[in-house]
Amino acid sequence: MEEQIKSMQEEAMQELQQVQEPKELNELRVKFLGKKGKLTAILRGMGALSKEERPIIGSLANEVRDAIENIIQEKEAYFAKQAMAEKLEKETIDITLPSKKIRTGSKHPINRVIEEIEDIFVSMGYDVVSGPELETDEYCFERLNLPKGHPARDMQDSFYITEEYLLRTQTSSVQARTMMANKEKTPIRMICPGKTYRREDDATHSHQFGQVEGLVIDKDITLAHLKGTLEEFVKRMLGENLQLRFRPSYFPFTEPSYEVDVSCFKCGGKGCNLCKQTGWIEILGSGMVHPHVLQMNGYDPEKYSGFAFGTGLDRLAMFKYGITDVRLLYTNDVRFLNQFNRKDVD
Amino acid sequence: MKLSTNFVKDYVDISIENEEELKKLAEDMTRVGNEYDSAKMLIPATKLVIGEIVECTMHPDSDHLHLCTVHIGKEEMLHIVCGAPNARKGIKVIVALDGAVLPEKTIKRGIIRGQESNGMLCSMTELGIEQKFLTEKQKEGIEELPLDAPVGEDPISYLHMKDGVIDFDLTANRGDLLSILGMAYEIGAIYEKEVKPVDIQYKESKEQLDFAIKVDTENCQLLLVKQVNNVTIKESPDFIKNRLIACGIRPINNVVDISNYVMLELGQPLHFYDSDTLQGKLEVRMAKEGEKLTTLDNNARILSQEDIVISDGTRAIGLAGVMGGLDTEITDNTKNIIIEAAIFNPVKIRKTSNKILRSEASNRFEKGLDPNRTYMAIERACTLLQQYADATIVSGMQVYDKTNKEDKKIHITFEKINEILGFVIPDDEIIKVFTRLGFTSKVEGRDIEVTVPQRRLDISIPEDLIEEVGRIYGVDNIEGKLPELPLKTGTYDKYTREMRNKMISLGLNETLSYILVSEKEAKNFVKNDNEIIRLLAPLTEERDSLRQSIITSLYKIYEYNLARGNQDVCLFEIGKTFYKKQEEYVEENKIACLMTGNYTLALHKEQVDFYTIKGIVEELLDYLGYAGRYSLVIQKENLPKEFHPGQSAYISINNDIVGIVGKVHPEVTKEDVFVMEMNLDKIKSKKVGKMKYKEYSKFPGVKKDLALIVEDKIPSQEIAMAIKKAAGNLLKEVEIFDVYTGKGIEEGKKSLAYSLTFEAQERTLTDEEINQILQKVMEQLEKKYHAEIRKKEA
Repeated sequence: MEEQIKSMQEEAMQELQQVQEPKELNELRVKFLGKKGKLTAILRGMGALSKEERPIIGSLANEVRDAIENIIQEKEAYFAKQAMAEKLEKETIDITLPSKKIRTGSKHPINRVIEEIEDIFVSMGYDVVSGPELETDEYCFERLNLPKGHPARDMQDSFYITEEYLLRTQTSSVQARTMMANKEKTPIRMICPGKTYRREDDATHSHQFGQVEGLVIDKDITLAHLKGTLEEFVKRMLGENLQLRFRPSYFPFTEPSYEVDVSCFKCGGKGCNLCKQTGWIEILGSGMVHPHVLQMNGYDPEKYSGFAFGTGLDRLAMFKYGITDVRLLYTNDVRFLNQFNRKDVD
Repeated sequence: MKLSTNFVKDYVDISIENEEELKKLAEDMTRVGNEYDSAKMLIPATKLVIGEIVECTMHPDSDHLHLCTVHIGKEEMLHIVCGAPNARKGIKVIVALDGAVLPEKTIKRGIIRGQESNGMLCSMTELGIEQKFLTEKQKEGIEELPLDAPVGEDPISYLHMKDGVIDFDLTANRGDLLSILGMAYEIGAIYEKEVKPVDIQYKESKEQLDFAIKVDTENCQLLLVKQVNNVTIKESPDFIKNRLIACGIRPINNVVDISNYVMLELGQPLHFYDSDTLQGKLEVRMAKEGEKLTTLDNNARILSQEDIVISDGTRAIGLAGVMGGLDTEITDNTKNIIIEAAIFNPVKIRKTSNKILRSEASNRFEKGLDPNRTYMAIERACTLLQQYADATIVSGMQVYDKTNKEDKKIHITFEKINEILGFVIPDDEIIKVFTRLGFTSKVEGRDIEVTVPQRRLDISIPEDLIEEVGRIYGVDNIEGKLPELPLKTGTYDKYTREMRNKMISLGLNETLSYILVSEKEAKNFVKNDNEIIRLLAPLTEERDSLRQSIITSLYKIYEYNLARGNQDVCLFEIGKTFYKKQEEYVEENKIACLMTGNYTLALHKEQVDFYTIKGIVEELLDYLGYAGRYSLVIQKENLPKEFHPGQSAYISINNDIVGIVGKVHPEVTKEDVFVMEMNLDKIKSKKVGKMKYKEYSKFPGVKKDLALIVEDKIPSQEIAMAIKKAAGNLLKEVEIFDVYTGKGIEEGKKSLAYSLTFEAQERTLTDEEINQILQKVMEQLEKKYHAEIRKKEA
């Protein structure tokens, strides 16, 4: 019987060597180890064995069974591995083909600049407000100390709709609206970004352009506060290392008035074509709110003071992104727009 | 305003020898608020020397070049090749030596057609003097210096042209700086230097002025007239000519030049008439409507009642404050002169000059003038005319004067100044600023009474004085600090920002377009009876009206891009549109979108169609919280004419139309372009509840498919609604997964396939239950839509 088992093992091992397909393995398992398999058939003769022989044969049978089973499992594992390898090979694609590109959208550079300015001032407690673009002469001019006959409000320079209505020439109109709406409530801290319009259109001026206005009113607001605030803003917006220069200037709605220059961010102040060799770039208009303006809009200049400032968004966007022609901002060529499709550098 | 430093040196002691010093002055002026465009020497050239051509022959290989041997005061002669037609032996010339830097070029020793050339003989143009200041002779060739010019010396000094020019870009309130004297006060304030008095000294003849004046309008506050006789018309002395050139005015003859010179010097424009062309009288009045006047520049002008004119009692002879008349002007034959010095209403002058012509004179009149200067100017002119035109000054002056010449007194306290500046400036520093500016101050306790001379028309309230202190003391010396205000975070329009980010994430490019369009375009893509808002004075016809739809702007952008070969255009914009209704001007906030070309790119292109843009609309409205509250409303007959009637619809939320979406009409474009616009004001007026978690069923849903055939015209959405209604609330979702027309389906019909998901909150549904519901659904659809139902084998 021992002989029989051994020769069966021999046979099984030989057949297992020949196996080509994974399903044959199971067939062999049935054939040799199954309930009706060869090993079972041999062991049926166990009854004829002596008491001493039985455990020996039993343990031999177990050994042989395990050996065959091990081989089968080894083979199965081998086939499974091979099948997986084949599947992977078959599923291999050309990963260098282009991705399924969903269009990427983009944010207009001027709106990027607006959002950045808003974030800076909102963190300093300013409210972002808005006002009508179709403005009255009263709010655009009269309440800002620009009485009728003042050169800055010529028909030549503004898009009038009627004698009374015009497209606002400056976001400063929102200064007056904010003061009138607050009625001596303080402090006022606001900025107003928006579209403005002037009757000029050439290589450096667009008839429609963006501005942001800022206004602070409270008791004891000083020029030093204006200076400190704009320093903070410019450094956060354009860079920590920039120098600021406050240059006395003239605006009808502020007194004293200052234009703010920033050291040229291209040449660092040495002089280049961007700063027209001066080393400085003008970026803001500002000043202490004119007492007439406070008075006219419901704030007693004896009790309150304030500062206001304004800047052109188009220029800021051009500086920030190196845009050389203002008209690019308004032609909206998709080859231009597509470039503004990522996050800004913090 | 161009400042000649030589000119201003007459009044304030400064030293400007080179460009560096000139730039320093320009920068110092900028710091006190006077910006400049350029600061250059009048002749920005180096290494120039006076030379004499001692020999001149033709170049052997050229028909126009000369070979010049030039003596420059050294033993060695210079050989220079020169192309000027007037180069010849014996003349004195300006030689640019090897290495000389001229405005347009650097001179280098070289070989010109085989002949050595060691420098250049210069024309005035090459030295940087504008053509308009040169005579015909000067324009044609090299500059010829007088024969006694000293060889070897510096030609610029010799010509009295060593001058610095700063071109200032002044603020509108500083009319006082439109004069050399005003500049002198400003420079004096910066450097703490005194301003020298104006030289006025002339002898009057015994003859008494016999000339009448009359002022017939309140728009003339001051009129002064003097007569000078027997002038000799000739060329002005060099210093006058050169200073005029430096300040940008062309020299003409001594008399005309003097009137310009005094205007530059004192800021008061003067007008000189040839008195023999007048009728013994000057009158200031408003022009008659349609009155004619030929001005100095030989242009016939037609005037209106808004223009101030000077008349001699018979006709208009000058446009007040702007330009004189042609037939009373100073000519080479003029002998006797009437000088007019006046102050006119600045607003009227500005209006007239804007309409007719801007001039050096009008620029000064419209900023306002100091009457003290008017008196000074007329006398200064007499002084110079006597000195440089041999004039006899007739005794007496005609005066009409309604002006106030008193200095202004303004009260302020030290505290007020420091309060506004936010910085403590010592009392004596404050007083010093006023002194430096030429103001006098009287201190009583903490109060200062500042007396401001009339020339500073810009100063009238205490804040103006604070500005002066800040200006002269130096704002750089004031330290900036943040205001101490209650801490808070500001508010901003988060809604717009989130909407913008959503649209960008959907793959759309944000645009920023002009709100101005042509009148023809203003009502494109809308259908309403709102009036178009037009501009009174548009720049062009293409931009004379306000848009009523943002799509109009987007469509123009699309056309622009198409013309440049950009075919995949997917845009959106958040902005305003405008209209007028019953005398009321209305601004609407909207969002619009335009899509054409491919939406997904590369190998996996997908053309934009109606369903793409519909998807954008739904994505946005879902994001804003309106899921389940909006629908498309088909109104074929009522669409704006730019929309394709078969592929467009209005968008409604809670049965209120908030926008429109669809394809652009084939009559507008052959391309497949899709657009949408929604009114944000309307959308926002519809309240959205808070985002809130709803418990989902723990029991799995059951899916059933339903296929049916209906008439082609029935919108699929309607069928879906009917299914929902019939099925009741166990039906969680109806999704269409196939639409088919064509083979196998009867003409005029379509096959629709829906996938229905049933779900109950608290139990698993049985087949029986679901089949009952399906049965009900099918009955309803058969009844309502004559739908042919084919229950699919599940």
